Amino acid sequence: MPTINSIEDLKRLREEARKIKDMRDQTGKTQIVVGMGTIGIAAGARETLKEILTFIEENRLPDIILRQTGNLGLDGMDPIVKVTLPDKEEIAYCKVNTDIARRIMQEHVVDGNVLTEHLVKE
Amino acid sequence: MAYYRSTILVSMDPICIEKGALQIKEQIIEELKLQNILDEVQILDTPRIGDPETEGPDILVYPEGSHYIALTPESIHPLVVEHFIKGRELQQYAAKMRDLMDEEVRAPKEKEVRVILENIGVIDPRNIEDYIAVDGYAALAKVLTGMTPEGVIQTVIDSKLRGRGGAGFPAGLKWKFAHQAPGSPKYMVCNADEGDPGAFMNRKVLEGDPHSVIEGMAIGAYAVGSNQGYVYCRAEYPIAVSTLNIAIKQAKEYGLLGKNILGTDFSFDLEVRMGAGAFVCGEETALIASIEGSRGEPRVRPPFPATKGLWGKPTNINNVETYANVPKIIHRGLDWYTSLGSEKSKGTKTFALAGDVAHTGLIEVPFGMTLREIIFDIGGGIKDGKGYKAVQTGGPMGGCLPTKYLDLEVDYETLGAAGSIMGSGGMVVMDEDTCMVDIARFFMEFTQEESCGKCVPCRVGTRRILEILERICAGEGIPEDIPMLRSLCDEIKQDSLCGLGQGAPNPVVSTLEHFLDEYEAHIYEKRCPAKVCRNLITYNITENCTGCTVCARNCPVNAITGERKQLHVIDQDACIRCGICFQVCNFDAVEVN
Repeated sequence: MPTINSIEDLKRLREEARKIKDMRDQTGKTQIVVGMGTIGIAAGARETLKEILTFIEENRLPDIILRQTGNLGLDGMDPIVKVTLPDKEEIAYCKVNTDIARRIMQEHVVDGNVLTEHLVKE
Repeated sequence: MAYYRSTILVSMDPICIEKGALQIKEQIIEELKLQNILDEVQILDTPRIGDPETEGPDILVYPEGSHYIALTPESIHPLVVEHFIKGRELQQYAAKMRDLMDEEVRAPKEKEVRVILENIGVIDPRNIEDYIAVDGYAALAKVLTGMTPEGVIQTVIDSKLRGRGGAGFPAGLKWKFAHQAPGSPKYMVCNADEGDPGAFMNRKVLEGDPHSVIEGMAIGAYAVGSNQGYVYCRAEYPIAVSTLNIAIKQAKEYGLLGKNILGTDFSFDLEVRMGAGAFVCGEETALIASIEGSRGEPRVRPPFPATKGLWGKPTNINNVETYANVPKIIHRGLDWYTSLGSEKSKGTKTFALAGDVAHTGLIEVPFGMTLREIIFDIGGGIKDGKGYKAVQTGGPMGGCLPTKYLDLEVDYETLGAAGSIMGSGGMVVMDEDTCMVDIARFFMEFTQEESCGKCVPCRVGTRRILEILERICAGEGIPEDIPMLRSLCDEIKQDSLCGLGQGAPNPVVSTLEHFLDEYEAHIYEKRCPAKVCRNLITYNITENCTGCTVCARNCPVNAITGERKQLHVIDQDACIRCGICFQVCNFDAVEVN
């Protein structure tokens, strides 16, 4: 619990609080959806989801909506993660384990470069 | 602080709590723990989601925006598994998607300007960091590190901020008097004893943005030279009290209340005192007596509380909304604040729109807006397309303003000149079916009951007025009643000790002035033009009657007779004028006279 002893303390806390509030408001535009059907979960979707959560929290990423959805109908490819950046097309990744989840977050969500491997091929 | 993928809002409406919302919340936590996902989901309390009567206890889950209603203990396990583990909406308990704005504080209408209400529904009132994120406590920091007490007082004087409790006394002047008054310690008191029927502006501020009031009080305390404050809140507001207590606790933990605030040598502590539900305790001297532990009765002023208040010490008392204005004035500056409002009344005012208006609820408008704009543009006009008759402003001690005042630009002066008051901001709209004599009787009944009984004019006078009004409504009025009412009103107004008695006759005075014809119809013609007063109306069955017997079967006193498929007749001696036949008739055959 921070005790505020000066204006500087207050300003610092305000900036920090603003970031957290923006994250929670979920008014953001980047959408990440994790397929969490029974098979997805069996294939490790829970761990993938947790990893994404941890990444957002560690890097204090604002403007991200993380959602889960049911079975996406591509059982062999679970866990599936779909990423939609603002004004971009939806990109679906398959067989996303925790390492790949981290790479997707860093390279795609943060840096804006779509990963060429692990894409769901139609 | 952690990031959550999902947020559950649990409705903590009093009715939902009664229906087990607390247990539901406990159970959700248990179930999330069992599924090992408690750290991914945030659980928050919220005032109200759907209709608590039919849908409570209910929760709202974000980011999906799923609204689950009528939850039972058995429903929690499947709900958590389906929604949070499998990510599917559980249809069984899901409500249809619809607009779920808090019905008491709706989304701002075009003409509204939100200053006091701007954070409500936007920040989490139980988390001080949310308030800090929207520039909370920046004004206090500015004051403590860069302004003298005199400078703060001058700023508040220049802002022309006026007491929002009703009387409209300039807040800065009040602070100046308390600042100049000799004696120590000095006290800051916040009047949160909101008792006007239908008014809930202060409750919403305390429940939705409590830190704005705390910050305003702390700034005032610095200006006045006080180190101790009290918020006097009515016990009928348990959620406001608990939110406020949490806010005070957090402010203390963060060093924004208590000793050496923000590293300066200014110290200020705050406590909540609960009232036991007496309307008169909203009067400042009665409120002080109540905090001291005495019977809540007003005393003669002067001496005013600024010189002799709580425990005989200099005391500054302001209303919730007044304090909530202060941080905004300091933080955003005088130019911004004085650009809002009319010439003499600056800023905005919250109103609780109630009665026969299409959109009831809390609104906030700048001073100087006309009644027509408030009632028709923001309030959506009269319910069910009926005609406008009057609006009663300022609670039970306000006056009723008829159609000719619709273009009145609302501020303290204009309302006073029209024979009403600003009050704390209640606004009861009445349609053409309202009997004004009956309305005057209703408000008199309230003030008569709430009179503390200390002074004779109020105690006896309100009772006498009520008796006369009851007689008129019962059809036993006599011509002498009207002059008698007028003289009683004058005397009570002049001779009463406090604002309650002085304001009590207002509804009668204003209805006598604007709706004298209704009084005369009751007295001379024994007729109630609005068809409300039971003893003055009769129900008759017209030729439209098809003899369906519905009215006869529903009449509770068997006053209706008639053969099947024949015209029915009401026995006027047996009829109790309950109006049921009028309601149940499918052929508009029952008329009221």
